[in-house]
Amino acid sequence: MSSTVLFTILSLSALGVVAAIILYIVANKFKVEEDPRVEKVEDALPATNCGGCGYPGCRAFAEALVGADDLSELHCPVGGNETMQQVAGILGKHIEEKDPYVAVVRCSGSFEHRKKTNVYDGAASCTIAASLYGGDTGCAYGCVGLGECVDACDFEAMYMDPITGLPVVIEDKCTACNACVSACPKDIIQLWPKGKKDRRIYVACINEEKGATKNCSVACIGCSKCADECKFDAVLVDNNLAYIDGEKCKLCRKCVDVCPTDAIHAVNFPERKPKPDRKNRPAKTSAEKPASTSENADAEVDVVKMAQTKAKLNIDKNKGEDKNDNVSE
Amino acid sequence: MIMFLNKILGSSLKTFELGGVHPQENKLSANEPIQDLPLPKSVTIPIAQHIGLPAKPVVDKKDKVKVGQVIAQSEGFVSANIHSSVSGMVTKVDVAIDASGYKKLAISIRVKDDEWEEGIDRTADLKSEIIDTPEQIREKILKAGIVGLGGATFPSHVKLSVPKGKKVEVLLINGVECEPFLTADHRLMLENGPQVLVGIKILMKALSVEKAIIGIENNKSDAIKALKTLTANEGGISVQPLKTQYPQGGEKQLIKACLNREVPSGGLPLDVGAVVHNVGTAFAVYEAVQKNKPLIERVVTVTGSSVEKPANYRVRIGTPVKELTEAAGGVPEDTGKIVSGGPMMGKAIADLGVPVTKGTSGILMIPEKDSHRDETISCIRCGKCVTVCPMGLEPYLLLTLSQKQFYDRAEQEKVMDCIECGSCSYMCPSSQPILDYIRLGKSKVGKIIKERQKR
Repeated sequence: MSSTVLFTILSLSALGVVAAIILYIVANKFKVEEDPRVEKVEDALPATNCGGCGYPGCRAFAEALVGADDLSELHCPVGGNETMQQVAGILGKHIEEKDPYVAVVRCSGSFEHRKKTNVYDGAASCTIAASLYGGDTGCAYGCVGLGECVDACDFEAMYMDPITGLPVVIEDKCTACNACVSACPKDIIQLWPKGKKDRRIYVACINEEKGATKNCSVACIGCSKCADECKFDAVLVDNNLAYIDGEKCKLCRKCVDVCPTDAIHAVNFPERKPKPDRKNRPAKTSAEKPASTSENADAEVDVVKMAQTKAKLNIDKNKGEDKNDNVSE
Repeated sequence: MIMFLNKILGSSLKTFELGGVHPQENKLSANEPIQDLPLPKSVTIPIAQHIGLPAKPVVDKKDKVKVGQVIAQSEGFVSANIHSSVSGMVTKVDVAIDASGYKKLAISIRVKDDEWEEGIDRTADLKSEIIDTPEQIREKILKAGIVGLGGATFPSHVKLSVPKGKKVEVLLINGVECEPFLTADHRLMLENGPQVLVGIKILMKALSVEKAIIGIENNKSDAIKALKTLTANEGGISVQPLKTQYPQGGEKQLIKACLNREVPSGGLPLDVGAVVHNVGTAFAVYEAVQKNKPLIERVVTVTGSSVEKPANYRVRIGTPVKELTEAAGGVPEDTGKIVSGGPMMGKAIADLGVPVTKGTSGILMIPEKDSHRDETISCIRCGKCVTVCPMGLEPYLLLTLSQKQFYDRAEQEKVMDCIECGSCSYMCPSSQPILDYIRLGKSKVGKIIKERQKR
């Protein structure tokens, strides 16, 4: 009896030892050599797998980082400079700080400014609508308003404003991952340097038509006033459309004042003269909670209104000189 | 009982096997003879009216042009010449709104008189003797800028150039006109039968085939009769009456119906020894080869259930749609949508200023009450879309795959075989936007395939 038990234990142990030896040999033979730094770098990355870096997920980006000799072309927009410095520390390399970017919507053709000329009742997808026809307003360049960018955002950093019919970027949540940019079939959304104190100036229109104001009252008409006004050569007018170079722009706001159609938006600037400290950086504080998004929208509207009244004043002032533009409008 | 009898009688006629629907025919203008539309004041001729590369403008602002003069030269093999459809002065070569609502390059001409290029035979005499060799015929068709007038606007000379190793046995002439409302081809067959017949003979000579079949649906019994009488003494040409069924006018469906052959997935009619041309194209070929007249006009049906005078007009290419709607008694007050083409595959137009192009088969004005989609509700998996799909696809599945961006799976499920006939969307009891998403999937998968081929 006892010999049977003994035999069983011994034979099973022997079998175990043999299996262990085989496993050991196989494991050694087929061992995957991996740089231990990949694991470390991956841990440092934000693990959102958004693809904003251009690689399919954080793991692939970590491998690319470890494999690269020069890190200057690689950047994680979500983690930003902080994460990249950490990564550089792990890899023992130096990395330059990069300016943070944010998505901007380069269309301000809200319902109010851009009258609907027809009704679209097909599938609720911007790409489908855009492939069918120019859109339900006269402007074939403008936002279709079906919110594909909002669906594409992994960070809940966008929402569709029901009053304007345009998407709004919540700056603090935006990681500049590029998802909305590639989702937009009209190429309206663009990544823009976040700017000093989060302030930036951009032309919120991409319409290249002559006489674009026929279909949208806030379209850029390519009148070049902004370019003439700019002292820093930051404004380029081409194809009846102005474009502000975010890197050259010194945020002086002169172009905003001269724009006859309010197509140039200045964001997060304090109000010009009176009441310092009020609504200095409205988006920062109000955008945290989704419930307070309307406040944020109010702040935006304020900026727009301000610019509108300013421009009106200007037009009144320069009525004689402005004749050409009034004709083109 | 009567329905049952009809079914038996109907089924004795040929048709395609898979799927298909039968929407209300509404051929309101079937008895209206083709009228010449008066010359417009100005025309806008887009340089891309065909599948393939856009033509390149060869005229400038302020140039004087004559009817039939080449104003844009074809670029490459799959492309077509564009001719001036009027005489007058070029006012601009600039972007203009087209049927899609986007601005595309077009040539605008202010009309003055009606002066034709020399060498174009404008008499009505029938010239039935074909003296040109196949090469000469192809050359003439290429020069005349003829494209498939059924709606796809594929350059015709390409279809006539049979690659080595392929053999064409039969030429199919598409007189099906399965789209409801449209009657342009129907009237053409009735009124210009002899010319169409010569056109068919020219096409046969160019392809060197002995046999041609004209497929016509049996809702056009007068056209069937007329062409049967005309072809009675023609050995190789026969008329095939077909059971009325949408989308029989699709190339692959017509081949199945007439020849009982199936074009393989991703293949061309050539793979089963057939070439298909529309009757309108045959007529244009006759005019180009025998009369030296390029493609500068086409027959357009102007119709709609509340239109005052539904009619068929022979229209110069580039004429604004507005002229057509006015000729037909104006846009009815209750109009909710104006469609270029038929109700099934046509496209809504956003502006009446858009021009008639080579592919415009009809202008349809749909009353407001019929012009909207029903509210979309959840798919109930009834499978009706699968039943009606003439290509044997599973539209509900392709819809989901496109929505979820599973493009590799969509490719496996043969999304590229979809002919976009819209039978699935028409039949769907939940009003799901099936075709919308399939089109999206097709364009995405098409891009992926192209990328892959590049590598």
